[in-house]
Amino acid sequence: MTTENLVILDPTDEREPVRRELTQRPETISGTIALLDISKPRGDVFLNRLESLIAERLPGVATKRYMKPTVARPAPEDVKQAIRQEADFVIEALAD
Amino acid sequence: MTTASSALPNFALDDGTAQRRFPSGRSTLLCFVKEDCPTCRLSMPLIREMQDRYGEHVDVWAVGQDSEGNAVLIDEYGLSGPMLDDSALKVSFAYEIDTVPTLILTDGDGHEQRRFHGFGRDDFRDMTTELSRLSGLGVAAVNWDDYPEMMPGCGSKSMEPGIYERLKAEAEGSPIRARRIEVGQNEDVYELLYEQGVTDGLPVMPPTPERVVRMLEYTSRDPQEQIAVLPPNLAPVTIEKVAINAVLAGCKPEYFPVVLAATEAIADERFNVHGAIATTMGGAPVLIVNGPIREQIGLNSGQGALGQGFRANATIGRAVRLVIRNIGGHRPGGTERSTIGWPGKYTLCFAEAEERAPTWTPLHVERGFQPQDSVVTAVIQTAGPSQVIDQTSRTPEALGGSIGLKAAMARHAKLPAIGETVIIVSPEHYDTLARAGWTKDDLRRRIQEVGEKPLREWLADEESGGLAGATLQQFLHGKDLTEADLDRPIRKFREDAWLMIVVAGGGAGKWSGVMDAFGTGAGGTMAVSRKIETIAGVGA
Repeated sequence: MTTENLVILDPTDEREPVRRELTQRPETISGTIALLDISKPRGDVFLNRLESLIAERLPGVATKRYMKPTVARPAPEDVKQAIRQEADFVIEALAD
Repeated sequence: MTTASSALPNFALDDGTAQRRFPSGRSTLLCFVKEDCPTCRLSMPLIREMQDRYGEHVDVWAVGQDSEGNAVLIDEYGLSGPMLDDSALKVSFAYEIDTVPTLILTDGDGHEQRRFHGFGRDDFRDMTTELSRLSGLGVAAVNWDDYPEMMPGCGSKSMEPGIYERLKAEAEGSPIRARRIEVGQNEDVYELLYEQGVTDGLPVMPPTPERVVRMLEYTSRDPQEQIAVLPPNLAPVTIEKVAINAVLAGCKPEYFPVVLAATEAIADERFNVHGAIATTMGGAPVLIVNGPIREQIGLNSGQGALGQGFRANATIGRAVRLVIRNIGGHRPGGTERSTIGWPGKYTLCFAEAEERAPTWTPLHVERGFQPQDSVVTAVIQTAGPSQVIDQTSRTPEALGGSIGLKAAMARHAKLPAIGETVIIVSPEHYDTLARAGWTKDDLRRRIQEVGEKPLREWLADEESGGLAGATLQQFLHGKDLTEADLDRPIRKFREDAWLMIVVAGGGAGKWSGVMDAFGTGAGGTMAVSRKIETIAGVGA
């Protein structure tokens, strides 16, 4: 038995598409990039390499490492909040 | 047992090794069962016997309603014939199975020949005789004395609350046509609904197909019937869309007839919902309910009738506001332009305390309906209620005067001839008026009496604004202002009938209330009353 996603019905007149808005993409990269390890094997290898590439190619940009306690659950609120407060970008090492 | 010859719907179900298609081309016996039903268990040895004996010639299929239970039944009863997996319950639903076991015998083309449900010894015996005839084999050797004469069946899983509504929403011919929005595993449905802009700023109930189907059970009308076109989007308002918004607002299904009637009322052209919502003055529909439905659904007309804490009052008014917002498309900052806004724009619905005011004609009867009718009256107001505080008056003249002087302040102390105004008379104030034999009309007369002033006293001057410009011209009919005009008496309310007097509130407290009007008449709004559909099964 698979877990089915919850379905809800559109209460509007359906003229507009259902929106899930993305944050505006900036033109340039500056500030701090969060590197989020989701606790998957070898996520650290990927992020280490990325960190050194960023240091090499984007010298003015800082990086900061974050870690999800478990791969099986969404990031806890404190991790998300820390990233929101401390970083301008996130790169997430998603899969092994 | 029934005998019929209708063709049953086709299906394909898995029996663990192969897919079985119906109709199969052979006579087929479908046996709908579920594992936790004692009557199904009583029947299982007979089903097995029929499979073993006639299975070569007739398809004898057990159709089980949950996967795990099916495995248990196969194991416990040593089933060697097919056990089809209907754990999705789609076939059970399509075949209208409300009791298990149900046995249906069909011919090779799927025409129903026989059907019975529950356990009946004679029903089973007749069925084996029939299978024997169809297969040309001898009658099963069953010791019928081991079985009770009858045993009632159990409820089919497809009829369980929550499951039935989901099946109905998904079935062919489903009443649901609205766009489905799938909520991701990690998505918070409440946050998603905020983000879609479909709430009034408070959390809403997720409008799942199951909940919407339950709402729709409370109308006899076709869910796709278009009941209105709402501005500014000029969007067609279907009964289904209203039901979705009623769920969103938190309505119980039994409130739905009121929401539907109120939606039709506010969509009436005379009501001018567009003008009322768009105005910077800030109009909102006030819904007043009369008649037996108040009791049936628990609409509060008593203590705190206009306050918080009463689900029917809170959610019916809210549902109508969400219809205006989500289907019509009125949103603050868009076409909803109220300068300061007011809480009445969230929800405002209450009932008249008819029984508490037996000598007064209820609002709906004044508006031409029968006392036993359930009616919702929608009226646009822009503020209120503001309280009339009078704990001392013991005569109807004095108390009516207090209410009249308060009403004379509505909109502006020096703006006359204003429109429909809701006056809420508290039970204690009603007692004072009724003891003296006063009717609603007597109170109207008194309100008009104390609110009347010569034209000069309405005019804007150094001290304050008031009657001036185009508004003043209405009283002069294009002529210059003369001395005679200045003495002409002008009433606060253009028509007596525009004073919409209702009794509501708790038994204690000498506080009545007056609301503020929007413009009434051509170019403004007119209150609209609608009879509420009475559905059998709702209350009395």
